[in-house]
Amino acid sequence: MGSIIEVRQVNKAFGALQVINNCSIEVAKGSITGLIGPNGAGKSTLFNLIAGTFAPDTGQIIFDGEDITAIPSDQLFHRGLLRTFQIAQEFSHMTALENLMMVPPQAGESLLNTWLRPARVQQEEAQVRQKAMDVIEFIGLKHVRNELAGNLSGGQKKLLELGRTMMVDARVVLLDEIAAGVNRTLLQDLIRNIQRLNQELGYTFLVIEHDMDMIAQLCDPVIVLAQGSVMVQGTIEEIQQNEAVIEAYFGNDAH
Amino acid sequence: MNELVFFINNVVISGLTIGSIYALGAVGITLIFSILRFAHFAHADLMTLGAFFAFFLTSLFPAAGPAIGLPTAFVMLPLAMALTALSAVYIDKAFYKPLRSHGVKPIVIVMASLGVTLMLQGLIRMFMGTSARSMYIDDRKGIHRIELPFELANRPVVLTDPQILLILLLIVIVIALHLFLTRTRLGKAMRAMSDNPDLARVSGINTDTVVKVTWIIAGSLAAIAGTLLSLDVSLKPDLSFHLLLPIFAAAIVGGVGHPYGALAGGFVIGFAETLSVFNWAVILRPWRDYLWFDLPANMAFVSSEYKITVPFFILLAILVWRPTGLFKGKVL
Amino acid sequence: MLMKLPMKETLLMVALAVAVLLLIQVMGTAYGVRVLVEASCYAIIALGLTIQWGYAGLFNAGIMGFVALGGFSAMLLTFPVNQSFWESELSGELGMAFLKLFAAIALVAAVLQLHRLSVPRSIRVPIILMVLATLYLWVVNGFAPVSQSIVSQYGFIGGFGLPVWAGWLVGGVLAGGVAYFIGHICLGLRSDYLAIATLGVAEIIKAFLKNSDWLTRGTLTVSPLPWPVPGAGEVGFVMARSLYLSVTAVLIAIIFYLLHRAYNGPWGRMMRAIRDNELSSSAMGKDVNQRRLEVFILGCVLMGIGGAALATFNGIFDPNGYLPLNHTFLVWVMVILGGPGNNLGTLFGAVFVYVIWVMSEPVALFILNSISYLGDLWFAWEAPSDFTSRALQARVFTIGLIITLVLRYAPNGLFPEKVQHHH
Repeated sequence: MGSIIEVRQVNKAFGALQVINNCSIEVAKGSITGLIGPNGAGKSTLFNLIAGTFAPDTGQIIFDGEDITAIPSDQLFHRGLLRTFQIAQEFSHMTALENLMMVPPQAGESLLNTWLRPARVQQEEAQVRQKAMDVIEFIGLKHVRNELAGNLSGGQKKLLELGRTMMVDARVVLLDEIAAGVNRTLLQDLIRNIQRLNQELGYTFLVIEHDMDMIAQLCDPVIVLAQGSVMVQGTIEEIQQNEAVIEAYFGNDAH
Repeated sequence: MNELVFFINNVVISGLTIGSIYALGAVGITLIFSILRFAHFAHADLMTLGAFFAFFLTSLFPAAGPAIGLPTAFVMLPLAMALTALSAVYIDKAFYKPLRSHGVKPIVIVMASLGVTLMLQGLIRMFMGTSARSMYIDDRKGIHRIELPFELANRPVVLTDPQILLILLLIVIVIALHLFLTRTRLGKAMRAMSDNPDLARVSGINTDTVVKVTWIIAGSLAAIAGTLLSLDVSLKPDLSFHLLLPIFAAAIVGGVGHPYGALAGGFVIGFAETLSVFNWAVILRPWRDYLWFDLPANMAFVSSEYKITVPFFILLAILVWRPTGLFKGKVL
Repeated sequence: MLMKLPMKETLLMVALAVAVLLLIQVMGTAYGVRVLVEASCYAIIALGLTIQWGYAGLFNAGIMGFVALGGFSAMLLTFPVNQSFWESELSGELGMAFLKLFAAIALVAAVLQLHRLSVPRSIRVPIILMVLATLYLWVVNGFAPVSQSIVSQYGFIGGFGLPVWAGWLVGGVLAGGVAYFIGHICLGLRSDYLAIATLGVAEIIKAFLKNSDWLTRGTLTVSPLPWPVPGAGEVGFVMARSLYLSVTAVLIAIIFYLLHRAYNGPWGRMMRAIRDNELSSSAMGKDVNQRRLEVFILGCVLMGIGGAALATFNGIFDPNGYLPLNHTFLVWVMVILGGPGNNLGTLFGAVFVYVIWVMSEPVALFILNSISYLGDLWFAWEAPSDFTSRALQARVFTIGLIITLVLRYAPNGLFPEKVQHHH
């Protein structure tokens, strides 16, 4: 199985701070790859670079064979590269269902279509609504579908974000600390859904997490990032026994 | 030689004058931008208000000036500055502060400043009428004609009293501002708040005081600019209309949040204006026989009716090519 | 489309109707209908602003410029043709001047592409500046003699004698075109900068229209402009104006319908999402800048059409008559008061504010003349000679006060936006 994302010798500095330092990773297609590391290692920055929020200073980012280094996030979406946010970014004034319905590009988003081809717009809207209903049932939020997204709990918002990635044919989803602020029960729902999406729909996931249990349940392989570059990569057992990793997390006085 | 005098009068001196006016206005704008984080559209009308206060005081005490040997309006300037500063603080308290405490988006405060603009304009015109007034009641504008000691120069360099006062005052202000921002505690507090308001607040800086001081400085500088401009030309109620765009352009060109940038920006805009409406045909006239084209009577880049477009195009150019301005300010 | 309106809105509508009837009673029917027609034109303009501000959060402080462009188009396209000019050689010379302009634009576009040839920046920038300066002087000097001759011999080039609806349509298109150009440069920036930029654009447009005597007769103005319906001379004031009102009313109804379809469909949902959370919308594939530009252009198109309708109704194109107060700030008050993003609210705001504005002049004059009379009677106080013109400034003050008060106490307007959540 080839790699669907390749990061090649990427550098990114903010002012005098070199956040990403000659970093190279590969994400295998169809995998759920973990990305861990101490605070300040550059994990979210790496996500932002891959997801097109900003561009690296040097280096390349390859997505399924194509160079996407300078392509912005809204365009990457259309190529099947999606991401979620560390702090849930829901559309708080819209209902949960509408949060899902806004995702797929559809004919009705064009003004001309809205005015000149009402039948087609209505048809596609009905299809989108149906899909949204399917997704919201899949993620188990059917009972709150008409609730304003801003009123949902943190865990429900995270589930909704995951659901949004299901409204289109995603190929890779970058999950940025999706477990943060989520209670245990909903967390199990999240993990189950991620596994289902991976097995049934073939989604590749790159997961930033601090929750080691979740990483252990979900991810193989796991990449450890420290000070802007890859320290080591392997299965979760290998990582947990690696001395350099322990030192990076707990400092020199770990022993 | 006469052409050089013409150039000096119409570009150098004019540029210095209007540049100083824009600089003073722009400093106020940029300080308000950096501390309060919104574009204060009513600033040009604050300048008119300052001039109006000076005019009002001059009409009350017309003999004060001749007694000292300076224009009366200038003598009244400290008082006009105080009144304008007070007005600025009260406008903030009445109109902007409540919106800030509600946590509205900055653009809403900009809209409120539009409302304040209209209120100020209405009030000033109600009290002053709609025609232009001279700021000289019992005295006259001092005009100095400096003859150059060259044979070919039979036209004098013209410098007026208000212009001299303005430039001298500007130098004083620049030094005072520099000392204030770098040496005093309040000045450093202002710089801290400009960088990071939350951090400043938790470091024990009284943000309310800083805000008040910002308005006092902005209001005082606005009064100086408005008064001296009106002394040099005349007090027109629609003064603000011609000032608003240039002072904003100056602040953005200089880099928002940098007072020195605003000063530089003011002169950039001022000189750009005078250079673009200058009739270059006059300079080329002595060489007209050597030119390959017919020298037209008027060879200005921009005719004077379109003068207002100059700051705007400079603004557009800066926004496109270097939005952070000359001194790398915030793009906000 | 008109669902059952709740209590508050109904009361406000009734109050408005009463105010309008009062106006008609006091000032006469012909005057009253005239006010309604002008208010309807302002309503179209206000609808343009309400979608820019309410839907995309864009602070357009240059409404006046787009309104003026609309008026200009109405004039240029509908005013009778100046035959003698077109038959003279000056028309050819004018054509040459325009050719120079287009050539210059093409050259500038070409020069701006120099970066593709990997010409380094330090050389590119001076070249671009020099080319711009030279071409600018070349074009301006091409127009100067022609425009002067036109003015001295023919007054101005006249119009194209086309039907009125063409003038209105082109008004929208021209305003939209300028909006496209300006939007590309300014929309990516923060809203304060957009406000300043649009303010500048409006002033430039007005300066251009005011000083291009060969095109617009400048301060000499152009009149009369033809009407889409029979004029007062044929059917009397009331009838003519009522017919005009029916035209603008139909126009408003069409705009309402189109906007309603857009708001309540996927497009509206997408715009609400962008307004709600721009970061997330971008991550979900929405091109935020392009959508903002789309709304900006649409809004300006409406402003152009409204401006054209207004100019045609007044029958005169006067560049000096476009004032920021009347054509920018008044519209802002209409939108803020009515509720940004709410079409019905904006319509209410437009009629309400315009009626108040129009009535404020005679009311203010009455009050001030009474003060002047009583002051003289009781205190022997002599009012200054320009008392009335000064006193009218009270209107300006009041408008400013309304803006600040509404922002403080009813920031969502009197008719907050209502969105249907599909259940």
